[in-house]
Amino acid sequence: MAGNFISRGFKGRRRETDATLKERIPPGQYETKDFPVLSAGPTPRTSLERWNFSIYGEIGEELKWTWDEFQKLPRETVMVDIHCVTKWSKLDTVWTGVSVDTLLAGIDLDRQPVRYLIAFCDGGYTTNLPLTDVRGGKAWIAYEYDGKLLTPEHGGPARLLVPHLYFWKSAKWVRGFKLLTEDRPGFWESVGYHNYGDPWNEQRYAGD
Amino acid sequence: MERLNWQLGTVVEIRQETPSVKSLILDVPDWARHAAGQHVDVRLTAEDGYQTQRSYSIASPPEETYLMLTVERIEGGEVSPYLTDELRVGDGIELRGPIGGYFVWETNDERSNNSPLFLIGGGSGIVPLMAMIRHRANSAQTVPTKLLYSSSSYEDIIYRDELGRLSAKDPSLRVIHTLTRRQPENWTGYGRRIDRAMLAEIAWQPAENPLAFVCGPTALVETVATNLQELGYGPGRIKTERFGPTGG
Amino acid sequence: MDDNDLRLDGNAAGGLLNEVFRFEMTAAATTCSGCGAIKPVGELMLYGHGMGIILRCAGCDVALIRITHIRGCYRLDLSGMICLQIDADIQ
Repeated sequence: MAGNFISRGFKGRRRETDATLKERIPPGQYETKDFPVLSAGPTPRTSLERWNFSIYGEIGEELKWTWDEFQKLPRETVMVDIHCVTKWSKLDTVWTGVSVDTLLAGIDLDRQPVRYLIAFCDGGYTTNLPLTDVRGGKAWIAYEYDGKLLTPEHGGPARLLVPHLYFWKSAKWVRGFKLLTEDRPGFWESVGYHNYGDPWNEQRYAGD
Repeated sequence: MERLNWQLGTVVEIRQETPSVKSLILDVPDWARHAAGQHVDVRLTAEDGYQTQRSYSIASPPEETYLMLTVERIEGGEVSPYLTDELRVGDGIELRGPIGGYFVWETNDERSNNSPLFLIGGGSGIVPLMAMIRHRANSAQTVPTKLLYSSSSYEDIIYRDELGRLSAKDPSLRVIHTLTRRQPENWTGYGRRIDRAMLAEIAWQPAENPLAFVCGPTALVETVATNLQELGYGPGRIKTERFGPTGG
Repeated sequence: MDDNDLRLDGNAAGGLLNEVFRFEMTAAATTCSGCGAIKPVGELMLYGHGMGIILRCAGCDVALIRITHIRGCYRLDLSGMICLQIDADIQ
């Protein structure tokens, strides 16, 4: 893939990270102060009147919230580092949203056989996760970024936020979870990306 | 068709076209003859192995010995400032091509024989269209051709003098400029973004079976394509190439 | 400017498509499984830069072609396309 030719004087856009921050950058990543937008499709523009979030699947019931109902749920503001599989990491990003624990509280998961979820989104994007990775304060449905309502370009009205995994798991334009007993690969997982995606073990691609 | 491999070209000349645009003239040994409208992928590699790639349309016509790429410097860009600010005569540059079979114009193409050409470009979108215009001139073609070219100002018109010379000596080539941001004093040409009314005034009539090539910023390409459809240009008679937000 | 103004089209995928196919692909005609539209690859909308290439129908947004290139292995999903017509004479 890489030849032997070096472009004289070319440095590229990467940045040197402050030594005190290096431990926060996973292997193979570099820090950016921008917020690059990568999309698998056109930006959906869902009105808040039409928006809802649902949880259903192999649990025998369906939970659903309209936007107004969602806004009444307990909200949290968190500061997290995010890591994209295309190698950029952005530190100290601030999000506000509803913890997934809050949304799952209405389901007695200990008495259900479900172990996985598929997050589904406007525009058709999907990603899969083990249920344990969205519980215990590890995941949110975020509707604000940096104190402002999330713009459509960055995933608004709401996106999934799972910062301990590569950012393709933090699905933009999320509309709900389907809970499953068996794991099923999502959009990128089905074409060669890692099924789990832990940046600290550099699990970018299937087989890593 | 063979699978394309990365080739190493050498910069033999650098030409300033406008304050923010340069042409790179490259010697590429064993270059396979390209067609007007095609592009190359350029790959840059840093010392630590970091690589990045961009596509650039070929400005030179197929019969030219050297390959010409014309690059607009995008502020904050990763690749174009390297090509316009850093690259020197004698430097090597990796490229792959020629690429593309959809956005091409060839003089022996059945689809375009006897079809008047309507070329519409914005900013650096002129580059593949210029390859077509140069090829047409070199082949002594007289297919009636109109170029509608949108630039932000007179100083930003790429290939301005050459277009002037070519159209002055060839009555079958008509060059129409529109300047969107500022116009010189005594400017009598168009002074706004391309819109439906402008196209309606200039475009060949659908009954003449024209072939349109539209290239430049995505917004311009989509506006023009939509309007040409509404003016009656049929499917397959409007070819588009989007350059993204800034045209390069 | 909305972010649709950022998008490129299938012409920009020509290099990667050439890696996978032996034919010139930007002029190849695709039939969309969503709306039946028949368009050259050059007129499909390109997304996904960095992770892979997704070419979508300009009319109905169905993904006709998905390609990733990971460690020398290409994976293609063409399930969004009913028919791909390649003119073998095109060089």
